[in-house]
Amino acid sequence: MSTNIAPAGAPIGSAAAGPDARGRFGQFGGRYVPETLVYALDQLQAEYAKACADPAFQAELDELLEHFVGRPSPLYHARRLSAQIGGAQIWLKREDLNHTGAHKINNTLGQALLTLRMGKKRVIAETGAGPHGVATATACAHFGLPCVVYMGEEDIRRQAPNVFSMRLLGAEVRPVASGSRTLRDAINEAMRDWMASVGDTHYILGSVVGPHPFPRIVRDFQSVIGRETIEQCRSRLGRLPNLAVACVGGGSNAAGMFYPLVEHAEVELVGVEAGGRSPQPGDHAASLTYGSPGVLHGSFSYVMQDEDGQTSPVHSMSAGLDYPGVGPEHSYWKDAGRVHYTSCRDDEAMAAFDALAASEGIMPALESSHAVAKAMELARGRSQDDVIVVCLSGRGDKDASEIARLKGVKFG
Amino acid sequence: MSAIENLFAKLRSANRKALMPFITAGDPDVAFTGEVLLELVRRGASMCEVGIPYSDPIADGPVIQASYTRSLDKGVKLRDILTMLRETTPKLGAPAVTMVSYAIVYRHGVEKYCDAARAAGVAGLIVPDLPVDESRQLLDICNSRDLSLIQLVTPLTPRDRALRICETSTGFVYYVSVAGITGERTQLPPELAESVAWLRQQTNLPICIGFGVSTPEHVKLLAPAADGLIVGSALVRRIAAAAQRPRAEVIKEAGDYIASLVAALPGSPR
Repeated sequence: MSTNIAPAGAPIGSAAAGPDARGRFGQFGGRYVPETLVYALDQLQAEYAKACADPAFQAELDELLEHFVGRPSPLYHARRLSAQIGGAQIWLKREDLNHTGAHKINNTLGQALLTLRMGKKRVIAETGAGPHGVATATACAHFGLPCVVYMGEEDIRRQAPNVFSMRLLGAEVRPVASGSRTLRDAINEAMRDWMASVGDTHYILGSVVGPHPFPRIVRDFQSVIGRETIEQCRSRLGRLPNLAVACVGGGSNAAGMFYPLVEHAEVELVGVEAGGRSPQPGDHAASLTYGSPGVLHGSFSYVMQDEDGQTSPVHSMSAGLDYPGVGPEHSYWKDAGRVHYTSCRDDEAMAAFDALAASEGIMPALESSHAVAKAMELARGRSQDDVIVVCLSGRGDKDASEIARLKGVKFG
Repeated sequence: MSAIENLFAKLRSANRKALMPFITAGDPDVAFTGEVLLELVRRGASMCEVGIPYSDPIADGPVIQASYTRSLDKGVKLRDILTMLRETTPKLGAPAVTMVSYAIVYRHGVEKYCDAARAAGVAGLIVPDLPVDESRQLLDICNSRDLSLIQLVTPLTPRDRALRICETSTGFVYYVSVAGITGERTQLPPELAESVAWLRQQTNLPICIGFGVSTPEHVKLLAPAADGLIVGSALVRRIAAAAQRPRAEVIKEAGDYIASLVAALPGSPR
């Protein structure tokens, strides 16, 4: 299956078009960065354009995705879960079965190849939950690139197994003690490193956030999820799904699932943000649901902010969704009305985790559990002929100790 | 002619250079910031740069970031800072500019922010996360209010782009000494003076060098190539002691430090 990283342009003006030459999806996106980074972003943009036009780049990435990652990932009909709900059929796009256990590897391999093409000798990355850090460390080990991963101290506590994995893979994990000590601060710290190291270092950003061209590049590398889903639905169901659901933190798995589906107007798209403990400020991480347009991490998009434009504290039990911003293309899809964004609370996601584990023998990541929860809710009351595809973006093994803590269980 | 243009016209005709300290507003509180500003100018600063604390300052090193966090943790709001500036600028006798993230400017509304800054006696804006490509709207609004929009050039900026930045910058051009974040550095790049000298031949705008400037030796070395020097982290670090020590002592030390840098400027009367 070709990954086709540079799909033929969608019709101009359609919700699938973008970004424009200035990195805008409608009014969102752009580049709000210190002048020092403009050079690196221009360099990356130029190299990406060359790579898109180079069949050898495409072929090398396809080869890696097939034999190193194990793509295509299965599309699995969760029959017992669907039967328990008694509504629409729930199908799972099994990104959890990828090498390293999440969708993140689709992007890190692509960007590692770009790193080599640019002749850069070192890689930095940020990570929240850890999968992007592990996927970056993996790609760097594969290509022999030195790798530094910035990770908030709070996330290091929540995701100790991933920290250990990164170190086993040869990466240096640098704890970030500033601010909220989570993903947002890890991105700040990675950007600061990059400011001083742009000459020989590439920053493998892990989500569809940040300054242009990152939102586009990450979306393109993740779009393999949606393209495979379309192909698999056509061959197994003879049609597209009625609904596709994905969780949204920064929004990379959702962008990868949605982007190829956006032009198929008959497919409903639902993005699920972290509703946390409650809709009160500081209790959730749902920027599209409760935030407002503003600037964070180099891009204009929905963000959780106070009246002064300071980034607000957010909460999610899942480290990968615990982020006060969101990718600009999601903001565009929201305002264009193409994707419906909603949220789901910690307890609802935890119940979905339990339901999927018990009914199907699949432990989803806490992030993905948010999408599962919303899919279960939407399946109720729908016809059994309807098909809901859930992007199961990652596996839950990494969350075992955090789930034990949340459930008040002691082990080990 | 704007306040900043006036200042540099005077300095140039006297063959003198500017020393421009940066301090974080509200660290440890805004009243203290106002007192420090007055002392800095009294001790020879030609212009002051006031950092508006921001939660996610990616261009700043640990010293300034920590000072922003302290200020925000105390609940300092933009309106408190502007109130302090409105009371301080008439007594200052030197232009004050705000270093402010576009996140804050956008949130308040670009026009509203500029109106409020102007009303507080602010002479210009430095918006470190607004590169020239995104700056058109803010530039037009600043121009219509006689506010300077000071833009940045770095060692990585290609020469044609540097010229474009000079064309749209007003007041002066901020030359970032190194590719990196703010912070003190023992050594500055040897090619720095040469790069600034090249840029100075291309534009009539004054050029001030910042990032890493912290010692009288830096000042002696770099001042001849530029119109002014900006000192940030080294001063912010000294002021950070204010929470634990008698304020008058900290203010005096900040003044002594700035005076020692001013004395190293060529043509300094002191």
